[in-house]
Amino acid sequence: MEAKKDYQRGLKDGIPIGLGYLSVSFTFGMMAAAAGVPPLAAVLISLTNLTSAGQFAGLSLMIAHGSLLEMALTQLTINLRYALMSLSLSQKLEPGITTVQRCIVAFGNTDEIFALASGQEGKVSSWFMYGLMTLPILCWSSGTLLGAVANSLLPDLLRSALGIAIYGMFLAIIIPPARKIASIRKVLIFSILLSCAFYYLPVLKDISSGFVIIICAVGASAFGAWMFPIKEADPS
Amino acid sequence: MSMEYLGYMIVMAGVTYFIRMLPLAVFQKEIKSVFLKSFLFYVPYAVLGAMTFPVILYSTDHRLSALGGMLAALVMAWRGKGLLSVAISAVLAVLLIEYGLLYI
Repeated sequence: MEAKKDYQRGLKDGIPIGLGYLSVSFTFGMMAAAAGVPPLAAVLISLTNLTSAGQFAGLSLMIAHGSLLEMALTQLTINLRYALMSLSLSQKLEPGITTVQRCIVAFGNTDEIFALASGQEGKVSSWFMYGLMTLPILCWSSGTLLGAVANSLLPDLLRSALGIAIYGMFLAIIIPPARKIASIRKVLIFSILLSCAFYYLPVLKDISSGFVIIICAVGASAFGAWMFPIKEADPS
Repeated sequence: MSMEYLGYMIVMAGVTYFIRMLPLAVFQKEIKSVFLKSFLFYVPYAVLGAMTFPVILYSTDHRLSALGGMLAALVMAWRGKGLLSVAISAVLAVLLIEYGLLYI
């Protein structure tokens, strides 16, 4: 059965994402518990948000007893990049996927799941996406629970080393196509230079990281679309 | 669970979900414009590039270990290794360097 095969393939591709999520969500769980958030609430936040930066920012607002409007605006700013990813993903899905299926897929559109789906050849099916979402959602929630109930911390050395894992994954996704296709390489370099400018230059570095990603992504992708338009449907 | 947390949780989950859901639910047809198509083709690389650099250099406790981990990941990714092997090489490189730093 096609659906079952697609689901299993997605499930397998989700393993490295899930493993990466364990350590990050573990940290979130520990921080939430340390801030006095009940473990059940921490797990529910992870289960319903499925995002790291947004949750950490949300947590700090809860501790500061911020208003609900502040919470909404913070989440909007930090997570607006997902709108761009969902737009990109909307073109990656097989034709004929229903609105309900799209709404389910949308729930799991994290940075890493989006990255992996984008890296697939051709279009992806809804069942592949469900498979891809399954383990990351389970790991993200259970890692939060473990962190929230754990009294002992990960050894500092290990915690520090795991911090780089997610970026290693991103490099594994972007480097091979950038090596093969010159236009992707140039867009990537353009985006990285922009991102560095926003990180190091005065004034620019005060802009929140959620906005910076949107500015870099829109800027570099527009540069690429203008300089190196793609003729075929999917040249990768 | 107090009502205070419940309010925060509903707002967080609601805002985050709608941001993800709206573009997927609205743009169901294939986009025809060459510019838009090309733009969306480049989005993943631009997003991931900006998310990785320069913060990868600050993702561990020491600048030196992060640099080592980044180089290890770059070499492995350049050779076309899979996600897990690239990530593990970066983590191992960081561990080795930080372990070494303990004895300097």
